[in-house]
Amino acid sequence: MKVHWDLHALAPLVAVTVTIVVVLIADFFFEYRERFKTYQLAAFGTLAALIPIITLARDGGTRSLFGGAFVVDTYTLAFQGFFLIVAYVTLLISVDHIGEGDYYQGEFYVLVLTSTLGMMIMAGARDLITIFVALEMISIPTFVLAGWRKHDTRSNEAAVKYFIIGVLSSAVMLYGISMVYGLSGSTSLSGIAEYAGSAGTPALLSIAIFLTIVGFAFKISAVPFHFWAPDTYDGAPIPVTAFLSVASKAGGFVALLNVIFFGFYASHTSWQPIIWVLAALSMTVGNLVAIRQTSIVRMLAYSSIAQGGFMLVPFAVAGVGSSKHASFEAVIVYILIYGAMNLGMFACVIAAMRRTQSDEISSFGGMSKYSPILAVMTSAFLFSLAGIPPLAGWFAKFVMFRSVLDAGTTPAVILGVIAALNSVIAFFYYAGVARAIWFRETPEGIDLRPLKTPFALNAAIAITGSFVLIVGIYPQVIARLGELAGAAL
Amino acid sequence: MILNQFLILAAVLFCIGIYGVLVRRNGVLVLMSIELMLNAVNLNLIAFSAYLKDTSGQIFVLFVITIAAAEVGVGLAIILLLFRNFRSPDLDQAQQLKG
Repeated sequence: MKVHWDLHALAPLVAVTVTIVVVLIADFFFEYRERFKTYQLAAFGTLAALIPIITLARDGGTRSLFGGAFVVDTYTLAFQGFFLIVAYVTLLISVDHIGEGDYYQGEFYVLVLTSTLGMMIMAGARDLITIFVALEMISIPTFVLAGWRKHDTRSNEAAVKYFIIGVLSSAVMLYGISMVYGLSGSTSLSGIAEYAGSAGTPALLSIAIFLTIVGFAFKISAVPFHFWAPDTYDGAPIPVTAFLSVASKAGGFVALLNVIFFGFYASHTSWQPIIWVLAALSMTVGNLVAIRQTSIVRMLAYSSIAQGGFMLVPFAVAGVGSSKHASFEAVIVYILIYGAMNLGMFACVIAAMRRTQSDEISSFGGMSKYSPILAVMTSAFLFSLAGIPPLAGWFAKFVMFRSVLDAGTTPAVILGVIAALNSVIAFFYYAGVARAIWFRETPEGIDLRPLKTPFALNAAIAITGSFVLIVGIYPQVIARLGELAGAAL
Repeated sequence: MILNQFLILAAVLFCIGIYGVLVRRNGVLVLMSIELMLNAVNLNLIAFSAYLKDTSGQIFVLFVITIAAAEVGVGLAIILLLFRNFRSPDLDQAQQLKG
């Protein structure tokens, strides 16, 4: 086999790798006061890595590398671009928080970028070995990030819980993968797809698929494997929470997309029921528990579990042949929109907490008095998460329901009804926060002078906010992107 | 070529590992239990690889070993952090956040 090095296809990964190394080394040479320069380098590298993605997208076509273990096509490029933009916005929302909090800066950006590199590899991974390595590359830096506040015992606890669950889930997933390998005799997803297509569904394959999906369910914090998520989100520094709930979760979903649509698809009788249960439980439990939360971070943690449930719905109906493409596209579109609105929401929370110094929802009362613009943006993201037009969230829900109707089977319709009920429940707690912001009294001791937020944070809110508004009004943009990415299937 | 014996051994090791993770409260022992689970996976992969006469399973094992080392490195650092703040490696102390 001739090894063919397609450097153009690898250029986005190379750009991020170079940035990581440069930031790591540059950090040694900067004076303590100049440490913010590491942020500038990291942000520059992240944006520079978008250039080869654009040139690759213009070239079109499918590039298969390393014997098919890594494939660059429209689907890969769409997600690589998404992860880079998410990383950039994460850098924007963390720079002031990390800089002012006396944390280690250079290492923080290095770890965020390393995790992003793992996600970009995951987008192109079509081999179980690549998927495993990419998944660990996503997770291991985030274990460290969760415990970034070394002297805060809450941050320690977040890291410990996240670490133990993270490695445990990898081990369970690997055990499933080892059995898949033993049965199919191949680690490549195309080889596994061939085996799943010809062998029907032997009992052992069902067990192997079950274990693999359970491993992924931990990563995407689907109920009943979600218990680590609220504690980790609560204890970790908030920019890290934003990164975990968007990027890390999307990375897990991309892994699930790869494994299910490129690998296990033919044995849908074994994976479809598992995902159906995960989706129904995640939506219901996530939403019902979110209602009772008094802390906004914990509420968003449960809300992200529920949103994960909505993202699982198209998977659960994908087994019907005619809805395969629609489901694939629906998951892609949902992930892209969810990423923008959830990051924006966290950016607003970070901005508001500069004034309130507390994450209690009650402390957000009367935000409209000292920062009307922030109040408008926060409400916009809340209503987008609830799925109200004309904000992007409605289109995500729309494609999700469309995939359910495309399938049209009884289990699919039941799941659709559960999803519809949950959309209504979700509206209550999102609207509750909006009500506090606009109509509640400002709590004692909160300064009523206009709130000044740093430039980087404003930029993050502006980027995500304009995406949410534009996609909400012209959903064709994201629908076209979803179609292009879905064509890779 | 015998295969079953290896698979049964791996399954037993894996179960011991899960038991250790769930029952042990000492952070270092939890890490060791996780290592046990990963080694069960390695045994599985090598047995299948030899049985199928296909090398990709053995290559997979090399990756698993490397990444397990990285995981333990980070895990020990996190447990050390816990030890510095609580003066004991007992994981039950970290219980301020309520799921």
